[in-house]
Amino acid sequence: MAKIIVITSGKGGVGKTTTTAAIGAGLALRGKKTVVIDFDVGLRNLDMIMGCERRVVFDFINVIQGDAKLNQALIKDRRLENLAILPTSQTRDKDALSREGVERVINELKNDYDYIICDSPAGIERGAHLAMYFADEAVVVTNPEVSSVRDSDRVIGLLASKTRRAEKGEPPVKPHLLLTRYDPDRVARGDMMKMEDVLEILSIPLLGIIPESPTVLKASNTGTPVILDQNSVAGKAYADAVSRLMGEQTEIRMFQERRGLFQRFLRRTA
Amino acid sequence: MNLLSFFTRNRSGSAETAKERLQILLAHERMDRSGPDFLPKLKNDIIDVIRKYVPGAGDKVDVKLERGGDVSTLEIDIELPGPQQAKSKHAGRATTPAFAR
Repeated sequence: MAKIIVITSGKGGVGKTTTTAAIGAGLALRGKKTVVIDFDVGLRNLDMIMGCERRVVFDFINVIQGDAKLNQALIKDRRLENLAILPTSQTRDKDALSREGVERVINELKNDYDYIICDSPAGIERGAHLAMYFADEAVVVTNPEVSSVRDSDRVIGLLASKTRRAEKGEPPVKPHLLLTRYDPDRVARGDMMKMEDVLEILSIPLLGIIPESPTVLKASNTGTPVILDQNSVAGKAYADAVSRLMGEQTEIRMFQERRGLFQRFLRRTA
Repeated sequence: MNLLSFFTRNRSGSAETAKERLQILLAHERMDRSGPDFLPKLKNDIIDVIRKYVPGAGDKVDVKLERGGDVSTLEIDIELPGPQQAKSKHAGRATTPAFAR
């Protein structure tokens, strides 16, 4: 029976889709049958980040509305045999998502996969609500920045009240904090909230810290989940997060982009 | 940034301010979230109590919650019927340190 994990944040642009791609690929690398689902109807992007945008024929909405079979819409990843992508529609709007339809698709996927990763859209509207509704666990992607932390707090509240688990009185959705775009230099200078501060404010368990890194943009440019760049600091940090998501008790490591002396001096005086 | 300010740079940056602002704000927002919004129910209950003691009391009850720095105030304005024809306004105001921190 699959574990359903929502990647959420409230605020946009903090790294939900990057994280969905990285965690999905990371779980597949570890031998887990994984499917990633794009819930951002009308603003399809997971397909680009995963590098399969030219292979989309049918989508999640077609399956919900009975216009296509699930297997016709699922795209098998060419790099990882355990990974599949369910893209969303680029032309429909979020009203095309129905709770019954989403439930039907998830129930069908549950039999064939170990992990179902739901990439939530930004905001707290229908798409975001349905992305979290059936979740067992949640990865709350947060930047060390005031608006992101505030929105994450709101989303944590919604996970505890507006999900199937909450409504049925089952054990609550398990939240995990993933701090992204973390810059240890700026933290040292006192210009960015440190990991301990964000943890103290949100008080949910820490899944990992992803450092600010140019490899994240490079990965999205080429449509490669950043975790596949196993020498990059972001890739290593995501690999650690995946281990913890799988229940391994590994310690939190702080990765940092290496810089030359000259660059370091420029940064410090900037 | 010039060379001088490089050496005299303030080490306690803006991160501390961010943390403090968030802690204050989120304490309020979590309070508002916990339990459904009680203001409409509170308003109805107050109207019921007024009616019990003042027959013919109007429905003009205004309940406001205002957030302050250290205390929040709950402001309740009740319009009561005046003696005979002239309807004069008699306002009662309750100020409570509702969310004292």
